[in-house]
Amino acid sequence: MNATEIHKQLVEKFGDKIIAVDADALDPWIEVAPDAIVEVSTYLRDASELRFDGLNNLSGVDYFEPDEKKAAKFEHEPHLEVVYHLYSYTHKHFLTVKVKLPRWQNDQQGQLPEVPSVTGVWGIADWHERETYDLMGIHFSGHPNLRRILCPEDWVGHALRKDYDFPLEYHGVRN
Amino acid sequence: MSIQVEDPRVIEFDVRTDEMLVNMGPQHPSTHGVLRLLLRTDGEVVHEVTPHIGYLHRCAEKIGENLSPPQWIPYTDRMDYLAGMNMNLGFALATEKLIGMEVPEKAMTLRVMIAELGRIASHLVGMGAYGLDLGSFSPFLYAFREREIILDLFEEVCGARLTYSYITVGGATHDLPASINIPPGLASLTGRDPHEHVSWMEATEMFLDWLEPRILEYHTLLTENSIFIKRTASIGELSREDAISYGCTGPVLRGSGVDHDLRRDGESIYTRMYEGYEYEIPVAPFAKAPPEAVLGDNWCRFYVRMMEVVQSIGLVRQAIAKYPTAAGEYRVPFKLNTKLPSAECYLETECPRGQMGFHLVGDGKAAPLRARAKSSCFCNLSVTADLCRGCLLADIPSIVGSLDVVMGEIDR
Repeated sequence: MNATEIHKQLVEKFGDKIIAVDADALDPWIEVAPDAIVEVSTYLRDASELRFDGLNNLSGVDYFEPDEKKAAKFEHEPHLEVVYHLYSYTHKHFLTVKVKLPRWQNDQQGQLPEVPSVTGVWGIADWHERETYDLMGIHFSGHPNLRRILCPEDWVGHALRKDYDFPLEYHGVRN
Repeated sequence: MSIQVEDPRVIEFDVRTDEMLVNMGPQHPSTHGVLRLLLRTDGEVVHEVTPHIGYLHRCAEKIGENLSPPQWIPYTDRMDYLAGMNMNLGFALATEKLIGMEVPEKAMTLRVMIAELGRIASHLVGMGAYGLDLGSFSPFLYAFREREIILDLFEEVCGARLTYSYITVGGATHDLPASINIPPGLASLTGRDPHEHVSWMEATEMFLDWLEPRILEYHTLLTENSIFIKRTASIGELSREDAISYGCTGPVLRGSGVDHDLRRDGESIYTRMYEGYEYEIPVAPFAKAPPEAVLGDNWCRFYVRMMEVVQSIGLVRQAIAKYPTAAGEYRVPFKLNTKLPSAECYLETECPRGQMGFHLVGDGKAAPLRARAKSSCFCNLSVTADLCRGCLLADIPSIVGSLDVVMGEIDR
């Protein structure tokens, strides 16, 4: 099935929780509302004609330009995206699902944006979400063990945010 | 206070030994470098395994966001340092997909040749090191002897032995050298004069002719060896469903009986490289398996790698035969500061350890807004906790080794 057909089917099932579709992109993607991601994922995995049983990749993207002079030319609204790359071993087709989030919850600097965890749908989401939490600063609510995975537990900040300041010192070790 | 013996929990408490927390790694050789496993053991039985990763953490993705794709290519081969050429290829293809570049046939043939040699070299280390994990030292020496010659051949094409970076956006950095000395290792093994000049492809064929019969020796030393079978068969069983759910790829997935290989099932930009080649994709269960082996155990995963080496030898031979007549140049020019379009793409390729994916987001600058590398070992390792539950302490190196993890690929 191609992205247009999948989108039509999802809209019939979930209505306005399916926000946008781009079937002409290099990797056709469908945008889903953050609060519906678990239901949509479960449906994508279980529906017999879709069967997206593999989560190939989960990445976070920070659309933000920290430099004020360059920010005027930056063509995206500042926001975060969680991108799920799905694959079906049964039907051998691909789909990209996106969730758009604000950079900070309620515009409060330091409050991490939240998206429900899909750990219950695909096992591998466990580690991928921990990594995205660690490096991109996105809170996956309902994750059984949301701890840092690559950085130490007491690390401050999220390294792949565009406005991340590299610390000058960690436990007395100078950079 | 009297103890009620009828209560089964009390009896169990009585005969239990103390639970211990045991740290394995980060420096134990069997943990493949900087992997730390925290084991909760009760005597010999392991109740729980918690892998801790991130000891390298070289900020590869952060660097990728500040460099243009041709500049980041040398960083990709430092991730999986045992299969650098395959990582180069994966990232070069992802960039080509993003900018919509077509690569000539000659460059594609060259890439097949180099990538499959890289796969052989990587599986040789995987096989040798796995023997070492199980306490058998000779296969390790033999595997490294063979791998040395592949490294000699790589040195002739790009000048480096470990951090080799040859495949780049648009093709490869150079054409194959017309004439080289026979690499000293190969000369001494085949009894040739090391000062004799041959073409690079002749030397490669000479090496393949020598390597192919040696595979039988590996079978005698490892796969048919009763100690090896005892240590691997029906240990670390991974079911088909779990392998898919946990995102396992490559030999781990095929060892669990899923017939999936991106060289055949991937996206067209990758599969057209392999069009017209004859090869098989080894998938468990195998007819030659010992009676003790079950689907998805350590033995199957190991055997998949053994069989892939044979297939890769065939692929390199076909690419060598095809190369002189292939059309086009070995490279399409690509400028260092070419602007990437405002688009995003994700592409996975079949690296020796599994499917390596690159997610690139361009925003009109030369450096991508986001350069993500999804590594196969990361997913393969995440299944360790499940595989090791309830196994014996001595089985841990056997299970972790069968996943063939490279820690450099796991970090970001």
